[in-house]
Amino acid sequence: MKHLLRMAQADIGESIRARWFFVYTVVFGTIMVGLLVSGLTESRIMGFTGLSRLLVTYIQITMAILPIFMLITTVRSVVGDREAGVYEYMLSLPVGLAAWYWGKLLGRFIVIFLPVILAMMLAVGWGLIKGVAIPWSQVILYTILLDALIICFLGIGMLISTLSKSTDVAQGAAFLIWLFLLLFLDLILLGTLIREGLPAEMAVGIALSNPLQAFRTATMLLFDPQLVLLGPSAYVILDLFGRVGYIWWAVAYPLFIGFSTAGIGYWAFRRRDLS
Amino acid sequence: MIQLKSLKKTFRKTRVLRGLDLDLARGDRMALVGSNGAGKTTLVRCLLGQYTFEGQVLVNGLSPREHRREVLKRIGFVPQLPPPIKMTVDQLVQFSADLCDADPQHMLDVAAQLGLPIDEVRNRVFVRMSGGEKQKLLIGIALGRDAEILIMDEPAANLDPEARQVFFNLLAERLDRVTMIISSHRLDEVAALVNRVVELDRGLVVLDDHVDDTIDMSSVLDCRIQLSQANDAFRKSISEWGFKLNEDTWLGQVAGPDRLRFLGVLSRYAGLIQGIEMKANNA
Repeated sequence: MKHLLRMAQADIGESIRARWFFVYTVVFGTIMVGLLVSGLTESRIMGFTGLSRLLVTYIQITMAILPIFMLITTVRSVVGDREAGVYEYMLSLPVGLAAWYWGKLLGRFIVIFLPVILAMMLAVGWGLIKGVAIPWSQVILYTILLDALIICFLGIGMLISTLSKSTDVAQGAAFLIWLFLLLFLDLILLGTLIREGLPAEMAVGIALSNPLQAFRTATMLLFDPQLVLLGPSAYVILDLFGRVGYIWWAVAYPLFIGFSTAGIGYWAFRRRDLS
Repeated sequence: MIQLKSLKKTFRKTRVLRGLDLDLARGDRMALVGSNGAGKTTLVRCLLGQYTFEGQVLVNGLSPREHRREVLKRIGFVPQLPPPIKMTVDQLVQFSADLCDADPQHMLDVAAQLGLPIDEVRNRVFVRMSGGEKQKLLIGIALGRDAEILIMDEPAANLDPEARQVFFNLLAERLDRVTMIISSHRLDEVAALVNRVVELDRGLVVLDDHVDDTIDMSSVLDCRIQLSQANDAFRKSISEWGFKLNEDTWLGQVAGPDRLRFLGVLSRYAGLIQGIEMKANNA
């Protein structure tokens, strides 16, 4: 456990000094400040008002940016380190492979989670100062959903980076996965496929198995969801699962993907050449 | 202490190690030489538990793949090319010391002995240091812990003559209790440090010989060199060894184990040399 925490600490230290982390923090900080400055909290649309609307907008933007940021930086960091010869030296030190791998994952989780959640806390702080009602249940749900989303894509990123031979291959694979998941969102390709006569069961199956779709639908469940906002398959799924059931699914399923892909990655990491 | 039995390693369809057998006892100081592609780096990585392989690798009876921590706790490693680590010097030393259960100050002390200005560089990111500074720090980390085995890949290649002398002294202090593997593609670079030479060629041991190790690692030679005429290239080369021109004679000192390397440098100017004297300094 001591070595695992030491590895996490080392990864956090390195990430904080890296350029991508600076860009990442600036991006999320700027989005939140931009949303606050734009007066979004004073507008009303589709039943969302005040901070609720701001948080929904923020989380939708986050859903588009966060996974690709995570995938690209995670796969680059691991395969890049291996290519640059960092592993040859660092893995010559007496550290267990489990502590190395899971420590890196833990450190990366903290580094990715903090700027996103801090930006959300900035909105909450701003709301408290302005005397706007804080939608606490929404804040808590979003925090949990963000946790699940980050773990999901971190696991996928670690698996890609473990299996890839080079940074180029890893980045290409990461980008393709992100594009694939994005395309199969309800309002993009899936919606088109439904219009073209895709069987309802298949549409629901695709929507359920896409962690981005699960995240997107769950972020809007606390409100009175309208079809135009949710998309057709999500609307049907919600009808089947119910609100609580769907939230459970939207948290448990990405966590399952994240931990299982990370686990497979670890299994492969142990069995293959390390440097 | 180290046993390799029928060690084979294949990358895709290329067999890099082809059934290698080797035994190292405590106190062996082995030069691992061979041209590029001979299998030196692959062998070292198998010893460090970084590669899967066929055959057997045992360090004190333990496999470095299955007993990573126990085995690597005993091994100090200095790579040929310093890795682009983005930690600061302080963080890297603390990190290594934590993993090795060693005293970080001892690692810094060894690096300081080699001439690394610790106070100046301690907050500098490792990857931004010069090649020589990185090498000094990595040697400090490897020698500043209680390692029974030292695996070094051209460890002195980036060091200035003064630091090389200190490095030889540090190794001399450990001769009785440490087994060393020093990898190099040139024997003259490491000849004075070792008592055994193993040459690899295309993944097989083609030479395994014990060599004379009567050279005192901490010895120093006083040198005088006279040239038939002044030469700019010579002045530059000899100045790097810390030599000073006194009237028409170059005066300086060379570490005993470095004599072969020094003579190799002089051989490039053989036609210019009028007189040369090398005497053991017994003071």
